[in-house]
Amino acid sequence: MSDDKTKDVVHKTPQTTPRYSATFDEYTNSEIRRAAATGIYDIRGAGSKRKLPHFDDLLFLGASVSRYPLEGYREKCGTDVVLGTRFAKKPIHLKTPVTIAGMSFGSLSGSAKESLGRGATAAGTSTTTGDGGMTQEERGHSETLVYQYLPSRYGMNPDDLRKADAIELVIGQGAKPGGGGMLLGQKITKRVAKMRCLPEGIDQRSSCRHPDWTGPDDLEIKIAELREITDWEKPIYVKIGATRPYFDVALAVKAGADVVVLDGMQGGTAATQEVFIEHVGLPILAAIRPAVKALQDLGVYRNGKNSVQLIVSGGIRNGADVAKAIALGADAVAIGTAALIALGDNDPHLEAEYQKLGTTAGAYDDWHEGKDPAGITTQDPELMKRLDPIKAGHRLANYIAVITMEAQVVARACGKSHLHNLEPEDLVALTIEASAMAQVPLAGTSWIPGVTKF
Amino acid sequence: METLKFDLDTKPLREVNQFLHGDASSLNGKVIVIENPNGAHNIAVGLKAELDITIKGHAGYYAAGMNQIAKVTIEGSAGSGVAENMMSGVVHVKGFASNAAAATANGGLLIIDGDAGLRTAIALKGADVVVGGSVGSFSAFMAQAGNFVILGDAGEGLGDSIYEAKIFVRGKVKSLGADCEKKTTSAEDRQILADLLVKAGHANVNPDSFQQYGSARTLYHFHVDNAGAY
Repeated sequence: MSDDKTKDVVHKTPQTTPRYSATFDEYTNSEIRRAAATGIYDIRGAGSKRKLPHFDDLLFLGASVSRYPLEGYREKCGTDVVLGTRFAKKPIHLKTPVTIAGMSFGSLSGSAKESLGRGATAAGTSTTTGDGGMTQEERGHSETLVYQYLPSRYGMNPDDLRKADAIELVIGQGAKPGGGGMLLGQKITKRVAKMRCLPEGIDQRSSCRHPDWTGPDDLEIKIAELREITDWEKPIYVKIGATRPYFDVALAVKAGADVVVLDGMQGGTAATQEVFIEHVGLPILAAIRPAVKALQDLGVYRNGKNSVQLIVSGGIRNGADVAKAIALGADAVAIGTAALIALGDNDPHLEAEYQKLGTTAGAYDDWHEGKDPAGITTQDPELMKRLDPIKAGHRLANYIAVITMEAQVVARACGKSHLHNLEPEDLVALTIEASAMAQVPLAGTSWIPGVTKF
Repeated sequence: METLKFDLDTKPLREVNQFLHGDASSLNGKVIVIENPNGAHNIAVGLKAELDITIKGHAGYYAAGMNQIAKVTIEGSAGSGVAENMMSGVVHVKGFASNAAAATANGGLLIIDGDAGLRTAIALKGADVVVGGSVGSFSAFMAQAGNFVILGDAGEGLGDSIYEAKIFVRGKVKSLGADCEKKTTSAEDRQILADLLVKAGHANVNPDSFQQYGSARTLYHFHVDNAGAY
């Protein structure tokens, strides 16, 4: 009897639990199957989704014995910022360093553009046009509007250029440095097609290079042209995707930029190839210090009227991120993805509809398909109606107010009477990678890889 | 008619341009001569009044850039991006033009009597361009709308990724770019061509001596069969 039992146990070979490959993980396999079925690369919206060294890997050192903190709520901690002091007759004055990044009408609905304008205006900040030109929804509701001047020049006309408060010459963006935009047929409605001078319903590919200049010497003449046309009134920003920030910022300054906008790979796009989003460019954490170094080396960093301001973007989510970006040397930040979430993008209350699209709230990124149930990344007139620009604008204004106040909380704790008084010395890093990239010491040590010896 | 003269040897370009941006009601109908341009960049950019301007010599980059309404004549040659993003009006280059002439121009007419460089009429968005001589490579790249007439030859990759613009070439085309093909000229298109030849001072040239080119429209939608072109 007992012999039989023993036999049973021995014959049952123990099985290992099913194990997925870390290399061929579920997402990777699904991408291989998708590619095999369709024969064309994956296109999606948003920025890099992989885990990257980011502001979360930094901590502030609050004041204590050696530093003197400021009283929360009471003692002044300034948040205002002036952009475009160097050459423009009319610099931009903002109440908060949180600006709205360029996003196109076409990729976004008219109601979404109106919401951004309303929210930004209520918060005392600027909003920015995108590929496809300026709409009345946007100009009408934005007190301070930055007009993007892009390689495609879709919808670009001198009347709008003159209506703008500042001009942003776009060379690249963090999600796809070296690539042009895409707007697929579903979103090229009659109005969008007319603004861009394209046939309705085609899959539009924006150019990746400017048509009438090549290289930094030409850029200088192009900036001069924009200044001449607008009688030297408007600040001229140059926006670059983070790749070689030291050299690109230096060349932008030399070419005559008033403001440099530096966008990391976490920055979103309306649509581009997945492989481009995830594998080209730098996380913003790695790009800020070299950019600031370029400004310092050229004598235009926080140097009174002769300053070139730095706006950074790509993964800014809360006041801590704002404060960290500023402490590393930025004058202001720009938000895109976070602004869309504040408007109502990817909201859990629409979960049932996201499920119908084969996704889930928080992960929806097929913005190019134009089926956004939140009415934001669409040109469908019925879906668009779901976004109330007054309420959505209100949510955005609230959100900007909150992250500005959060940044003040941190700054006061560090004893700063203005956000711009934050400095790298207020920060430490939690990881060796972040320490090397942000050039602040690894927490509890005086070690900065690449700068000091361990 | 009163003629106003500006001498760029003595007057800063910025002041000249600012004067030319003045109130249209006081500028309309004025005849203006700009002397000693000496290749300066950004001459007469951003005009928006009925002006008749003659530049007595060579202009640098972006001459008459973003022009609206005005007529600008350059008696010499023009640098890169002449009449770039023009909206309306007429720009006439009596000499040669460098690269990217009429880039992204939305309206109006650019006449170049001589040859033009690389990327002429790149991303053209509706303007008319007539080149008396030949054009360089990659001309009409991604051209969206408008009419582009070349009396001489065209370089490599003409009309690459072209949308709805129309190209008419009298001479030889070294090669066509992706998705650009020969077209049969309709009676309507022949009329467009004939009118442009007259407007550009080539009334004696026979419209039937041109070959028309345009988009094959095979790249208008992302498709696996087009993978080689992406």
